[in-house]
Amino acid sequence: MQATPFKIPGGLPFVGQRLQRLEDTALLTGRGSYADDLGVKPGTLYAAVLRSPHAHAGLRSMDVNAALQLPGVRAVLTGEDVQRWGQPFVVGVKQPMQHWALAVDRVRYVGEPVAVVVAEDRYTAEDALDLIRVDYEPRRAVVEIDAALAEGCELLHEAVGSNVLSERRFSYGEPDALFSDSRRISTTVRYPRNSCSPMECAVVIAEYLGADEGYDALSNFMGPFSLHAVMALALKVPGNKLRHRVPRDSGGSFGVKQAVFPYVVLMCLAARKAGAPVKWVEDRLEHLSAATSATARLATITADVRDDGRILALHWDQVDEVGAYLRAPEPATFYRMHGCLTGAYDVAHLKVRNRVVVTNKTPTGLVRGFGGPQVYYALERLLDRIATELDIDPVALRRLNYVKADQFPYQAPAGAVLDSGDYEKMTDLALAAAREQGLHERQLAARASGKLYGIGVAAIVEPSVSNMGYISTVLTAEQRAKAGPKNGAIASATVAVDLMGGVNVTIASAPAGQGHMTVCAQVVADALGLQPVQVMVNVEFDTAKDAWSVAAGNYSSRFAGAVAGAVHLAAMKVRDKLTLIAADQFGCTPADVAFAGGEIFNMANSAQRQPFTRLAANPHWAPALLPKGVSPGLRETAFWTPEVLRAPDAADRVNPSATYGFVFDICGLEVDPNTGAVRVDRYITGHDAGRLLNPALADGQIQGAFSQGLGAALLEEFRYGGDGSFQSGTLADYLMPTACETPDLVIVHMETPSPVTPLGAKGLGEGNNMSTPVCIANAFADALRPHMDLAEVQLPLTPGRVLALLQVSDPAPKEMPHPAAAVPAGEGLALKAQGEVEIPATPEKVFAVLLDPVALARVIPGCHSLQSIGPNRYRADVTVGVGLVKARYEAEIILSDIDAPHSLRLAGSGRSSLGTGAGGGLVMLQATPTGTRLSYDYSAQVGGKAAMVGSRMLEGAARIIVAQLFESLGRQAGGKTVEPNWWRRILRKLGVRV
Amino acid sequence: MTHDILSREKLHPITIELNGQTRRGYATPRMLLSDYLRHELGLTGTHVGCEHGVCGACTVRLDGVACRSCLTLAVQADGRRVETVEGLAGEGGVLSELQSAFKRHHALQCGFCTPGILMSSADWLARLRELGRKPTEQEVREMLSGHICRCTGYTPIVKALMEVAHA
Amino acid sequence: MKPAAFDYVRVDGVEDACTLLQRHGDDARILAGGQSLMAVLNMRLAQPSLLVDISRSTALARIEVRDGCVQVGAAATQAALEWRDSLAQELPLLKLVFPYISHFQIRNRGTVCGSVAHADPSAELPLSLLVLEGQVVLRGKRQRVVAAEDFFTGMLSTARASDELVEAVRFPLAKPGQGFGFREFSRRHGDFAICAVAAVADDRGLRVAVGGVADRPLAREWPLLEGGALDDALNEFAWALDARDDSQMSAASRRHLARRLGQQAVEAALLTRTSV
Ligand SMILES: Cc1cc2nc3c(=O)[nH]c(=O)nc-3n(C[C@H](O)[C@H](O)[C@H](O)COP(=O)(O)OP(=O)(O)OC[C@H]3O[C@@H](n4cnc5c(N)ncnc54)[C@H](O)[C@@H]3O)c2cc1C
Ligand code: FES
Ligand code: FES
Repeated sequence: MQATPFKIPGGLPFVGQRLQRLEDTALLTGRGSYADDLGVKPGTLYAAVLRSPHAHAGLRSMDVNAALQLPGVRAVLTGEDVQRWGQPFVVGVKQPMQHWALAVDRVRYVGEPVAVVVAEDRYTAEDALDLIRVDYEPRRAVVEIDAALAEGCELLHEAVGSNVLSERRFSYGEPDALFSDSRRISTTVRYPRNSCSPMECAVVIAEYLGADEGYDALSNFMGPFSLHAVMALALKVPGNKLRHRVPRDSGGSFGVKQAVFPYVVLMCLAARKAGAPVKWVEDRLEHLSAATSATARLATITADVRDDGRILALHWDQVDEVGAYLRAPEPATFYRMHGCLTGAYDVAHLKVRNRVVVTNKTPTGLVRGFGGPQVYYALERLLDRIATELDIDPVALRRLNYVKADQFPYQAPAGAVLDSGDYEKMTDLALAAAREQGLHERQLAARASGKLYGIGVAAIVEPSVSNMGYISTVLTAEQRAKAGPKNGAIASATVAVDLMGGVNVTIASAPAGQGHMTVCAQVVADALGLQPVQVMVNVEFDTAKDAWSVAAGNYSSRFAGAVAGAVHLAAMKVRDKLTLIAADQFGCTPADVAFAGGEIFNMANSAQRQPFTRLAANPHWAPALLPKGVSPGLRETAFWTPEVLRAPDAADRVNPSATYGFVFDICGLEVDPNTGAVRVDRYITGHDAGRLLNPALADGQIQGAFSQGLGAALLEEFRYGGDGSFQSGTLADYLMPTACETPDLVIVHMETPSPVTPLGAKGLGEGNNMSTPVCIANAFADALRPHMDLAEVQLPLTPGRVLALLQVSDPAPKEMPHPAAAVPAGEGLALKAQGEVEIPATPEKVFAVLLDPVALARVIPGCHSLQSIGPNRYRADVTVGVGLVKARYEAEIILSDIDAPHSLRLAGSGRSSLGTGAGGGLVMLQATPTGTRLSYDYSAQVGGKAAMVGSRMLEGAARIIVAQLFESLGRQAGGKTVEPNWWRRILRKLGVRV
Repeated sequence: MTHDILSREKLHPITIELNGQTRRGYATPRMLLSDYLRHELGLTGTHVGCEHGVCGACTVRLDGVACRSCLTLAVQADGRRVETVEGLAGEGGVLSELQSAFKRHHALQCGFCTPGILMSSADWLARLRELGRKPTEQEVREMLSGHICRCTGYTPIVKALMEVAHA
Repeated sequence: MKPAAFDYVRVDGVEDACTLLQRHGDDARILAGGQSLMAVLNMRLAQPSLLVDISRSTALARIEVRDGCVQVGAAATQAALEWRDSLAQELPLLKLVFPYISHFQIRNRGTVCGSVAHADPSAELPLSLLVLEGQVVLRGKRQRVVAAEDFFTGMLSTARASDELVEAVRFPLAKPGQGFGFREFSRRHGDFAICAVAAVADDRGLRVAVGGVADRPLAREWPLLEGGALDDALNEFAWALDARDDSQMSAASRRHLARRLGQQAVEAALLTRTSV
C-alpha cells in the first residue's frame, strides 16, 4: 500500500502513547464489578470451609450433626460426597497420588479443606464450623526438602513409594566433556515459599443445574483456561456442562488466582449438596494458609568456566517442593524456564536434573514470575560467585557471556529461541542511569564513613506467552508420543460493529488491573481510525459464549504479545471487510480506502468520505447492498498462535515461550549493623520488552513487580514450624511492603520489537519478580564484602538473619549471672517453659495431688471437668487464655514415667476451634528444708489458627500458662507457694486471690 | 442505664447518614460495618481485603474520620455519618481533585486498594489543609503505610497525593 | 472470618461500664477503639458474650491537664492526643512516639487507654507511660491509681482486675531541663516493635525503658552515665530483659538491638535536654 498522502487527524497512533485508562473512572467512584460485588440469585447460600489444623494426620471420623442442627445451616459437604460426585484432580505427571477437592481419609497440610458448611449467611456458616467434630490421628509431618528426600522418610502418598513424584535428567551438547582450560564454580540456593498474594481473595458462586445442564460457576479465577478441563473432569462433566464466568474486575491476580480452581469444583459440589446456589468468599487467613505459594526450591548450580570468565557449561541440580499434592499446572514452575536455563548467556553445554518433591505444606502454583525467581536466584548468584572467585567485574563477566546482538534469533541449548534483543546496549543504558544516580560515589562515601553499602546487578531474560506444550517436557519422549503432542499459545479476540456503528471488543484475557480495556481500545482505535473512547471493550469472560481456547487467561505476560496482537488481527479483519464495502461504495480500489479521524475515506478523492459510524452501520440495515463475496455480519474473531511454539522434540528441546525480553538491574543498598535492616537506596531497572503499547501502563507493571520482588527479597516468607504448623496467617505475619519500604525506582526502556508477535510487543510484567530478589541478594553480598565473602545469601533478608551473619558482639554481663545457654533457635515454634517453684509441702504431698484426679482438676488452670479414661489418663475440658485471647480445649492429660515422689512426666494434648496444642515435660521434686522445690522443663507445640495468627505472642503465652499450672499445683499441695512478686501479680490479674 | 443491651439474637435497626443520604437497614450486633455497607446497603465500593485491620481496603470515614470498617460494628455506626468512595465525586459524577489526580498519575491498577486509600487521603488532606500545612513526601508515605497496594509499587500514588497536597 | 455472636451495649458513663463489668465478669469485654479487640473477635480468638462499648462516651473522651499530668480518658483516641496543639510542649516524648504506633487510620480509632489495658509487650504507649512514670486510674467498685511500674505484669497481663475499667491514664508533663529520646526497630513502618527504647534525661540522671524484648516494658534508672559506664549499664539491662531465641531472631541479636537502640535513645535524650 502506498504512503498515505493525508495527515492522519490526531497525528500519532494511539499505541505507544501514555493514555489515561478507560477502567479508572468506574474504579475511582466505587463502581467496580469484582466478584464479591455482583448480585446473586435469591436463595443463594453462603459457604465456609472447615480446614485441617494438622499438617499430617489420618481422618478417622467426622461428626457433622451438631452443625446441621444449627438454625440456618442447610448442608454440610464431606469427603464422601466429593467421592460420590467427583474425582481427583488430574495433573501432568502420572502417579498414584489422589488429590480430591476435600480431604479423604488423610489430611496433608494445615488448611486443607475437610468439609464445607452451607448456611444462610457466612456468620452462621462459621458458627457451624466450630460444631463439627473431627477425629484426627496425627502423623509425622514432612516439612523440609532435605527431610522429604531422605531415606526412610515418612511418605505423603504411600502408593507412590517416595516423596519424589518426578525426576528427570536432561543433557544438551556435551556437558560432561572435560574442558581442559576450565575450572568448576558452584553455588547452592534455597528459594523460600512466598506469594504475590493479591488484595482481593478468591470468590466463587456456583450452582448445580441438574444432570442435563451440569454446573454454572462464576469466579475470579484468571486462567490458564487449560484448567477448565481439569475442573470439568473433577466434576465428571464434559467441558460444555461447566459454564464458567469471570467478572470484569479482579482485585489483582499475579498468578495466584489460578489457585481458585479447586474451589470452583468444591463449591459446585457444595451447591449440588445444598440444592441451591452457593457463594464462597475466601478470607485472608484461608488465603495465606491454604491458597497457594511459589514453589520452594533447592538448587545447586555449577559452571565450567575459563579463567577469563567465559562459561562453557552449566549443570543444574534442582528440587522443587510443591507442597502436599502436585496440582496442575505444576510442575510447570520447572518447565516454564527449562528451555532458557542458560538465561541471557551463550552457553553451549547444559545438564539438568529436576526432582519434584512433596511435603506437608500448601500446594504450590502460579505466582508472578513463575519459575523465573527460582532460576535467576541460582544463576545470577552463580555469576556473582564466578566474578568473585575469578576477580572479574560482575558486569564485564556478564557482557563476556551474553548472547550477542548479531546472534538473534538465538537457539539456546535446551530449546528456547530468543527472538530479538541487544543485551549489551540495554546494559549500557542502565549503567548510564546508574552513573547519573551517582551510585559508585554513594558507595564510596558510605564505605568511607564505615557503612555497609553494596552494589549488585542482575541480567535476566524474561519469557512471555507460554507454550502450552512446555509442561510435557516433564514426560519422557516416549510418554509424550503416547500422550499426543501439545504446543502453541492460542489467543483469541472478537471485534464487532453494532447497529449504530459502535465498536465492541471481547477478549478471553481475564484481566486483573493491567489495563486491558485501555490497550485494546488503543489498538482497535488505530486500526479503525477511531478514538479509544469510542471503542467498548468487554473483558468479562464466559466459557459458554466467548471465543476462547486452551491458553485463554491472564498469565505468562501474554496480554501484550498475544492478546493485544489477536485484537489487532480481529480489528484488521473488520477493517478489511469494511474496506471492501467502502471501495465498492466509493468506486475505488481497496488500497485507496483509509480509516482515520472517525471517518472512512478515499485517499484518491478526499471528497469521498463517510463517518465510520454511518458506513460501518449500513451492512446491518441493508445487507442486500453488500458487494459480491462479502458475507453479512460485522463480527470478526481472530485466533492466533505463535508459530515458534512447537512441542518438545525427541531430544527434549523446548521453546517454552514465544518471545523473550531482557532486563538489567542495578541496586545500591545499605545494611544497618545496628539493627540488621536492609534499605534499598537506589534501584535502576532497564527493560527491553519490544514495542511498548502504553508506556505508562508498562511502567506501572514494572513498579508493581519491583515492589513484589523487593518483598520477596526482604520481607515475605511463608513460615512453617517443625511440626508443619503454618505461622504466617495474617498480614501482620506475612509482611508485604508498604509505601515506606518501597523506594521509587529508575526505569530505563529500550524497544527491540519482537519478530514473533503481531504488534512486536513482549511481556514485561514479571521481569522484576525475577530480577529484583537476586539483584538485592547480590548487592547485599557486596555490602558485606569488606568484612566477609558471603557464599550463600538466604532470602528474605530478615533482620534476624542479617544480625546472625554480622555476628554482633554480645558481651557477657558483669553483674548478672550468665543464664544457662539458651535453646537454639529452631525453625519450629517449639515453645519452651522452664521454672522453679518452692512449695511449702513435702514432695509426697505434692505427688499425691498430681495423682488425685479431684485435686488435679483444681490444679489445672481453667479446668471445668476432668474424667478418668484409664490409669493416669484423663479427659479434661479446659479454658486456656492469655490477655484477651481465650479458647476452650478438649484435652487429654497423661501422667507417665512416675517415680514417686521424685519425678514424673506430665503431658497433655488438646483441640479447640483455635487448633491443636500439645505439650509435655518433666516435673522434678526435691525436698528442701521448707518443703519442696519443684522444677519443670516444658516444651509445647501449637498448631492451627493459634499458630497462624499468634506466633509473635505464643512463646510468652505458653510460659504464662505453664507457670500458672505449677503455681496452682503449689497452692493445692501446700496451700501457699513462695513465689516471686511477678507471679503473684499475674495470679492476681488472673483473678486468683493469693 | 442509658442504652439497651442489644441481643445477639435479633436484628436491630441501624440508621446512618451515608454520603449525605439517610439510609436504614438492619444488623445483628456482630455484623461488621464493612458487611453492612456492602451487603445490607449495597454499596460495594468499600472493599474487604483482610478483616484484621492491616490492608486498609475497607477504610471509610466515620463522622469524617478515616477508619477501618472491618474493625467497626454496624451497630457502632448507628446515628452517625459515614462516607464511602461512592460519595467522593461531585455533581453529575465529576471526579474530585483527588480522584482525577489518581487517574492522571495511573495511581491504580486493579483498583481494589483504591477506595480505602482515597478515603484515608480525603480525611488526612482535609486536616492538613485546615492547619495550613503541606506534607513532606515522607509524611505522605507514613499515612499510606496504613494501606497495602499490591499492584502499583506506590510511586504513582505518592505522586498523585503530593500533587493534590501541594496544589 | 466473622465474629461469633455477642450482645452489645453502648455506655456513656464510667458507672454504667463498671456496673456491667461487675455483673458479667469475665464474659464481658470493654470495646474501646476496637483496633485490637475487633481483629481478635473476627478471628474468633475470643468469644466474649457481651461487648461494652465505651467509644462514644464524651465523658470518657476527655483529655485534660491535671495535677502536673496530661490525663487521658478511656474513650480518647490516640489521634485526639496526637493532634493536640500543645502536645509538643506537654509531652515531647509522645510527639516522637506517635508516628511509630500503627498507622494514621488505626490511631484515629485506637484509644490510649485501650493500648495500655491491652499491654502488648511491643506497644509504644505502655512503654512511654512507664518511662515517664505515669499512672493508670482504675475503676471498679472504687477507684484506685496504680503506678505504671506496677501495672504491667506480663504479656498482655496487667494489674487490672477483670471487673475494673481503665478509666484514664496520666502522663506527667515534661519538666524544664528534661530531654527525650525514642528509637524503635520494626520490620515495616507501623509494625509492632521488635525493640523500642524510650529515654528521659535531665541534669541528674537517666531513665530508660525497653519494649518488645521482655514480656512487658521494663525500665531502669541511672545517674548520668557516659561512655563505657553507659555501655555497661545498657548491657546489664539488655541481659536483664531475658531475651529468648526464637525462629525469628536470636537472643543475642535482641540484646544487641536493646544496646544499640538504647545508646541512640539516650544520646537523643541528652541532646534534647532543655535549659532550666
Ligand atoms: C494494623 C494495626 C497495627 C497496629 N500497630 C500497633 C503498633 O505498632 N503499636 C501499638 O502499640 N499498637 C498497634 N496496634 C494496636 C492499636 O494501637 C490498638 O488500638 C490498641 O492496642 C488497643 O486500643 P483500642 O482502643 O483499639 O482497644 P480495643 O481493641 O478496643 O481493646 C483492646 C483490649 O483492651 C481492653 N480495653 C480497652 N479499653 C479498656 C479500658 N478502658 N479498660 C479496660 N479494658 C480495656 C479491651 O477489652 C480489649 O481486651 C495496631 C493495630 C492494628 C490494627
Ligand atoms: S479489610 Fe479492613 S483493613 Fe483489611
Ligand atoms: S491497585 Fe491493585 S492493590 Fe492497589
